[in-house]
Amino acid sequence: MKISKLSIVLLGVALVAPFVMYPVLLMKILCFALFASAFNLLLGFVGLLSFGHAIFLGTGGYVTGYLVMNSGLSPLLGILAGTAAAAALGAVYGKLSVKREGIYFAMVTLALAQLMFFVFLQAPFTGGENGLQGIPRGFLFGFIDLSDNLNMYYFVLAIFLFGFWVINRTIHSPFGQVLKAIRENEPRATSLGYNVNDYKWAAFVISAALSGLAGSTKTLVFQLASLTDVHWHMSGEVVLMTLVGGMGTIFGPLVGAAAIVGLQNFLSGGELGNYVHIIMGLIFIVCVLAFRSGIVGEIQKIVKRNFS
Amino acid sequence: MKLMTKTLLSAAMAVALTSTAAHASLSDDKVKIGVLADMGGVYADICGKGCVTAVEMAVEDFGGTVLGKPIEIVSADDQNKPDVGSAIVRKWIENEQVDVITGLVASSVTGAVTQVTTDAKKIALIAASASNAFTTKQCSPYNAHWTYNVVALANGTVKPIVQSGKKKWFFITADYAFGHALEGIATKVIESEGGEVVGAVRAPLGTTDFSSYILQAQASGAEVVGLANAGADFVNSLKTAAEFGLTEMMDVAGLLVFTPNAQALDPAIAGGMLTTTGFYWDRDEESREWSARFKARHGAIPAMPHAGAYSATMHYLNAVKAAGTDESDAVMKIMKSTKPDDFFAKNATLRADGRMVHDMYLVKITKASERKSADDIFAIQSVIPGDQAFAPMLPECDFK
Repeated sequence: MKISKLSIVLLGVALVAPFVMYPVLLMKILCFALFASAFNLLLGFVGLLSFGHAIFLGTGGYVTGYLVMNSGLSPLLGILAGTAAAAALGAVYGKLSVKREGIYFAMVTLALAQLMFFVFLQAPFTGGENGLQGIPRGFLFGFIDLSDNLNMYYFVLAIFLFGFWVINRTIHSPFGQVLKAIRENEPRATSLGYNVNDYKWAAFVISAALSGLAGSTKTLVFQLASLTDVHWHMSGEVVLMTLVGGMGTIFGPLVGAAAIVGLQNFLSGGELGNYVHIIMGLIFIVCVLAFRSGIVGEIQKIVKRNFS
Repeated sequence: MKLMTKTLLSAAMAVALTSTAAHASLSDDKVKIGVLADMGGVYADICGKGCVTAVEMAVEDFGGTVLGKPIEIVSADDQNKPDVGSAIVRKWIENEQVDVITGLVASSVTGAVTQVTTDAKKIALIAASASNAFTTKQCSPYNAHWTYNVVALANGTVKPIVQSGKKKWFFITADYAFGHALEGIATKVIESEGGEVVGAVRAPLGTTDFSSYILQAQASGAEVVGLANAGADFVNSLKTAAEFGLTEMMDVAGLLVFTPNAQALDPAIAGGMLTTTGFYWDRDEESREWSARFKARHGAIPAMPHAGAYSATMHYLNAVKAAGTDESDAVMKIMKSTKPDDFFAKNATLRADGRMVHDMYLVKITKASERKSADDIFAIQSVIPGDQAFAPMLPECDFK
């Protein structure tokens, strides 16, 4: 009951936000919040640290961008195609990587992501360093003009809510309970008769697909797909967002994405522009040393201590 | 009393100003210039903070106000990434009332940015990019490509070398829009002069270890190795070439050499190399005077994008003044119908396709013995008239 009240307040804020803040920045935050939430499904609820998650974000982006530009696909179909491509890649990469645990899992995902990065760097259809430029936003359902920032914002918000709902549903389903059991004690989950690898694989595919959804949407927002989205820096950034916000909490990735994107936006304009990476690094260190459970995690602790 | 006279005086001045500029209309009561450049990466030296300084100088020399309204400058670092650059420019135009964009370094970033500026009908004064795409296949009525482009570089540097009898070429190319364009145009020039390109390798932007590329160049059997890259990439590849003895075996041609990069190289390696530039500080009294002022503020002599950024900004502001508005179409019309003429732009005209055609210079990097000072880097060999340096206008890009 408490959470649903909070959700309604947040939804209200999201609905009026574009009239107060710059819509494109908000759309960027929403895309990254979805990406971080999808990543958090793996890290926070299954305990798997995928260090190559940007590849799903970028794959979704490139596929959507290419199809919308060259095949004249509508934005919605383009996003579906991008999501499907990311899910397919996730299915293959998941099959290969969930067999390993801990640091080996992280390294396998990183290596697989770097393989794909090179493909995107060299393949002629991606435009190399130039990226895909000038992707049209198009018309939703054939009549809603998405080149208008407000229309685009509500479209992105709808996609985000859908993705967020899927994640929420997954976590609170029996399937999600098994995932948490695996996170807490994998041998015990095995001993109870669960095929642990299949569960991990399914969670990996869901996470990859939603990351692809975030990437596809981001591509339409910025009308651009570039190597930044598939670079391992981006994989690191999503880890940062999740940890700063609060790993294993529902709203943590959302807060983390808003904090990091907002900070980047704030710093890039000012005198500190050259020190973005240093400042982010410091924040990361402080977070890991002092607030292990992230912003939302710490707030939850305080609420628990004082109000219940 | 004193205060009152002051107030009266300023009120009178305000009335006078508004009456002279009665028909003038500026959006948001100011002209705002956005300077986008790589501030900390491989191209930081050739534009970067120096371009911001150059634009500031232009605004100050212009008087700080236009049509009685202030001129503001904002700047940002694009990190040589198209997504970062286009997002910044989008924010500037949609949210911060920026009227015109200048700087613009890496061609990949410029490509993405000019999509945004064209959609928003804002002028892009391209000061440092090399690709010729902005006045050909990506041409737009709102592009003004100022300092130079790959066609001028190929015509200026490659043609005389092929004509001197060195016909077999190999390219080490920066792997993005600029490098591809430069290699493509240079290849056309070489083939039209009866030469051939025996091979090419593509190195990513920001490569630090060029050894494997240099070895491929050595094995190619070419007479000339063309370095179709720029900035720190050029410096690193040429240093590696010297370390591997490539400079002894065959000629190395730097297709795009900016003064700060030439300055960073040992004259024993770079001395004697021919290259083409749109500006050199030590050309005449006028250029020396401006460059001395620039050096006093920036701490180094200007590279051609710095001079180009100043010249383009000045021409833009003059056009705003003449048009009485900052509305892009009206300003662009005047920019194209009046000839830019300053210490940078000689025999210059802004063509209808947005190409600024002006004199280019074939220069030789001086040897250590020829240098009178640390800034004595180039010796001008010949002046290449604009119509020989740049390609003719394409009919589909003729924006009247």
